[in-house]
Amino acid sequence: MRTFTNLILVLGWSLSSLQAFEATIGSEILAKAIVASGEARATLLEEFGNESSYGDAPLVESWRRGEIWIAKLPDGSSVAIAYNGKPGTGMVTAAKLGDGKMVTFDLAQASASNPDRASRKLLTKVGNVIALKHPSDRNRADAARQLGLQADEEGLRVLQELLPKQTSPAAMKGFQEGIALAQLKLSKGDEKLAAVAKLGDLASLTARDQLKTLLQSESAMKPPNLALLAAIKKSLAAIESRQAIVESGATLFRGLSLGSVLLVVAIGLAITFGLMGVINMAHGEFITIGGYTCYLVQTWFINRYGSSGAAFDNYFLVSLPLCFLTAALMGWFIEWAIVRHLYSRPLESLLATWGLSMILQQAFRLKFGAANVQVASPSWLAGNYEWLGITLGWNRLFVIVFALAILFGTLLVMAKTPVGLQLRAVMQNRRMAASLGIRTARMNGFTFAFGSGLAGLGGAFLSQLGNVGPSMGQSYIVDSFMIVTVGGVGNIIGASLSALGIGSVDQMLQPLLGPVMGKITTLLAVILLLQWRPGGIFPSRSRSLEG
Amino acid sequence: MDLKTKSLQFGKEHGVAVAIALFLLIGIPVLSSISPSFQVNIWGKYLCYAALAVSLNWLWGYTGLLCLCQSLFFALGGYMIGMHLMLLIGKLGAYKSDLPDFMVFLGYKELPSFWQPFYSFLFSGGMVILLPGLVAFIFGWLAFRSRIKGVYFSILSQALTYAATLLFFKNDIVMGGNNGFTDFRFFLGMDIRAKSTQIILYEASAVFLGLCIFFIWWITRTKFGMIQQAVRDSENRVLFSGYATTAYKLFVFTVSAIMAGIAGAFYVPQVGIINPSEMATSKSLDVVVWVAVGGRGTLYGPVLGAILVNLMKSYTTRYYPDYWLIISGAIFIFVVLFMPNGVVGLPKQLGGMWTKFNKMRSPAEPLTQAS
Repeated sequence: MRTFTNLILVLGWSLSSLQAFEATIGSEILAKAIVASGEARATLLEEFGNESSYGDAPLVESWRRGEIWIAKLPDGSSVAIAYNGKPGTGMVTAAKLGDGKMVTFDLAQASASNPDRASRKLLTKVGNVIALKHPSDRNRADAARQLGLQADEEGLRVLQELLPKQTSPAAMKGFQEGIALAQLKLSKGDEKLAAVAKLGDLASLTARDQLKTLLQSESAMKPPNLALLAAIKKSLAAIESRQAIVESGATLFRGLSLGSVLLVVAIGLAITFGLMGVINMAHGEFITIGGYTCYLVQTWFINRYGSSGAAFDNYFLVSLPLCFLTAALMGWFIEWAIVRHLYSRPLESLLATWGLSMILQQAFRLKFGAANVQVASPSWLAGNYEWLGITLGWNRLFVIVFALAILFGTLLVMAKTPVGLQLRAVMQNRRMAASLGIRTARMNGFTFAFGSGLAGLGGAFLSQLGNVGPSMGQSYIVDSFMIVTVGGVGNIIGASLSALGIGSVDQMLQPLLGPVMGKITTLLAVILLLQWRPGGIFPSRSRSLEG
Repeated sequence: MDLKTKSLQFGKEHGVAVAIALFLLIGIPVLSSISPSFQVNIWGKYLCYAALAVSLNWLWGYTGLLCLCQSLFFALGGYMIGMHLMLLIGKLGAYKSDLPDFMVFLGYKELPSFWQPFYSFLFSGGMVILLPGLVAFIFGWLAFRSRIKGVYFSILSQALTYAATLLFFKNDIVMGGNNGFTDFRFFLGMDIRAKSTQIILYEASAVFLGLCIFFIWWITRTKFGMIQQAVRDSENRVLFSGYATTAYKLFVFTVSAIMAGIAGAFYVPQVGIINPSEMATSKSLDVVVWVAVGGRGTLYGPVLGAILVNLMKSYTTRYYPDYWLIISGAIFIFVVLFMPNGVVGLPKQLGGMWTKFNKMRSPAEPLTQAS
């Protein structure tokens, strides 16, 4: 019934001017505080701080913005009402803040309520406390750390009060950190020493700068407090070793995600190069085809559904199969037109596909322009996830998971399906397979298309990590060939391991040596590795002399 | 084919070649002195490219090693002579300093010690031979001893070129970075932009190209050349016959790298610029295109291919700049698919097709007799 009246009210007034807040214990107290003034208001606000829940946060915010009005009722009492419209005249019916009862008042008798200075101060504190009641553990822990950094007695008291209520380890750690951070500034003597030690035990990354400044000021002190200095140094060492772990974790993660893109590209190459023996120099251009397909699908979605919203977010899911199909169709055609004539001449397949790669690159340049085009990530891939202090981009996580899915999918197809069986048979001994009734020509086309399609998928992923340009495939082609060679030609597992390995080594060397020298070192390392294992990490065993 | 007809055929072929060589040696300079708009250095560039193609042909056509780092050796040779030319500019650069402009720009106060000896022309010339040779020797030794061959060798050599290109793009190694070396003024005491200097450089490149062709003509006739070609056709048989194929391949690879390096050294003064894009892997593949178009494994094919393709490139990039890559790619695919012996092999190929066609027109006779 109330919703119904509300609805009528909304229709009668304007949509934007009325906000209905949920009736909570907190909102009732706050409504009283807004109407009250001076000493009474301060007491009520303090009470509000203790009783409030996280749901009250928007209410506090709207009071600060002046969107809560105080209206005089005909009976002379004042009530708080959520209203952000313009001042005016006339009788208005609205829900009272707090209990939500309907009241009618004269708009001329109402005015916006702005919290005074003292109340604002109190509200900031209350806001901090409310943040500590956020439903998500991580946000609660963050709020506790922030409050700890502000280091006031009141905050410390609240933190200590709320600590026993925390159940999850992440939130508890955050609160403990917050308390220790506050004590670091506020307390003296043994308590300070304990706080320093506690921060060390928690390996609190937030406390690093605080401890460093403290170390400086304490070392300047005469006479120095040796026990405290030693404790600070010990804690700092613990924090820094933790930081090193976090940083190398982040590097490893970047390496893994780069490796996963390389993995998808290299699986395709492991199939066309490793199994079929075709050096496809245009493999990189299939990556580009995937990237541009993604771009075209995105443009189509923008034209049809606009550049935001749920429909647009789905474009990437639509584009994934399309990227695969476009690249695979192109691969099928190229196998039919060029590659099938060159199975007995691998070196010449290298040359013909190089010519093809030039044609395709220039065609992209003429069609889409020489400049890179932007492919926007859908909103569900845009954010970050934080794990043990390491920031993991959703897009990179997605690439890793999807790459693994593709790897296992490919392995399954190869190992368990009749198509996979035929495929392996053709690749091992084409003539024998043909004489056993396998249609080798069709199999070749299928295999090449499959490998090319995987490259197209790789392009779709790359479009999420960087830009799409006419020569985007070129920068991956040398790496991909290296990966397949290192992994052992024809070995998909080997290619995957070496893709992840080369991706990680590349990312690990880059901060040490810079991007160019890192790349060069990786390439030289690969050349040297092939000295030690000429057939790659997993060489294919064959009794054939020329094999 | 008996020996007599073979030698006769060679005579005819060489006759044409000598005629073309005479035209190149005398005709081009005469043309350039008659018409002031005729650019002799463009033809000098073509001849350097031709020498580069010859060096690759010796590797690929005669030894079966498809090397994708020929442009690296070419550029290394070019860089070595470029360092000498940079130092000869002296105070005529934009910054009026003894140091090359890019060093002043990067904030160097004095010449890095490894640049010092490049004031000497003899040292620079020595480095033109030594550096590409050394790089090729080390890389070849590593590659051949672990029996890396075929496409793996191509891929590995491509990776080497890629790595080197990245390295030369860096400013830290004091080799001009992105822009490389340019704005040369003097060469052996002559003004490098004067027509007379250009003609001298052109003649020198022509003579060098002739020497390269002669060297290959000669060496393919020796026992060494026979074994070298046998390595191409079946390396394992040669190996089992007791020849150390690694040593043969290493020798050919190193000498061919030196040849490419010298070609690069002739190229840089005539073109007036050398930068890392000259050694990029795509340039290496361009050289492969020239050899394939001309006809690999033939004496004159690479020369013909290099000049033809580059003439076509000059024409196309002037009138249809957007379509050059598409045209060259299409030519490449066509040549690989349908002209395995290139332009040089075309008459023979067409002749073969003609005979086949004639046979097809009258196949019925033997059949009717049999039935």
